Amino acid sequence: MAIDMNMSVLIVDDYKTMLRIIRNLLKQLGFENVDEATDGGTALMKLRDRNYGLVISDWNMEPMTGLQLLKEVRADNKLKHVPFIMITAESKTENVVAAKEAGVTNYIVKPFNAATLKQKLTAIYGNF
Amino acid sequence: MARKSEPSALTRKLEAAAAQAVPPEAADIAAVVEAVMKSLAGDVSLAEFQLYHELEHLADYIQSAKREIAAIRPDDIRSRDIPMATDELDAVVDATAEATGAILDAAETLERMADAMPEGDKVREIATRIYEACNFQDVTGQRITKVVRTLKHIEQKIDALLSAFGDGFKGASEPAEEALPPGDERRLLHGPQLPEEANKQDEIDAIFAQTK
Repeated sequence: MAIDMNMSVLIVDDYKTMLRIIRNLLKQLGFENVDEATDGGTALMKLRDRNYGLVISDWNMEPMTGLQLLKEVRADNKLKHVPFIMITAESKTENVVAAKEAGVTNYIVKPFNAATLKQKLTAIYGNF
Repeated sequence: MARKSEPSALTRKLEAAAAQAVPPEAADIAAVVEAVMKSLAGDVSLAEFQLYHELEHLADYIQSAKREIAAIRPDDIRSRDIPMATDELDAVVDATAEATGAILDAAETLERMADAMPEGDKVREIATRIYEACNFQDVTGQRITKVVRTLKHIEQKIDALLSAFGDGFKGASEPAEEALPPGDERRLLHGPQLPEEANKQDEIDAIFAQTK
């Protein structure tokens, strides 16, 4: 999958600090078109409202968790092919397995660094 | 395991009489019969007696536990100590969020200035390190949230205990936290694991690769 650096990226996290960090790291990687949501429900509305080339979401949010958001995305015919990266502090094996089974594209455990983020994006889109 | 009991007075008397090897006196026989009849009239078996004895011990133990619990003032723990601890922890989260925000402000300013600097790339790299380091705020925030949740759980347990014991130190009782049914996705919301328990990114990658 070739990367389009102008694609819209939706980042979802209930910690505003994390949104800011992920946005800054994405910006350093060359992604300028970054949008934010602070919960799964808002993210889903945004996803249905406009086209995003990538979703990067936290897991532990209320009322809709990142896993529920992922399932909604994968169940939606228009959204099911959008790459979805989970960035979360949930590092248990059962979590990784549950996310993978739900169709997550890649999984990053917090705290993470810029190199890991770039590595996972490269795994999806190839070198950029 | 069955215990060998001490010979009763009756047994001893019978053994003593047998040892004397003389015909027992009528008065002795009467005394023996009377003792036997008395033990039957009481209608209490040895097993029942032991049960009553254990129940008495248990009652004493409960009374003692109640006194000890009352001495640590559980009502204070519930109404003052735990709320104070959770407030303190909330304040820690707020303070670290504020501090992290200020650090990010500085890093973003640094990154903007990098364009005009001869060693701009190096400065941008430093800004990246700062962004990465600021991850801590999210993880510590989630850890503290876990502690607050645990404290609230303890609070509920204390309430239940106070309610069960009642009397002088009874508190308002709230329903205990419900156990989540199997398959409920909330079971997967553990929050951050401690470093020694957490899977590292390379382990996550391995699990991810193995999962169909």
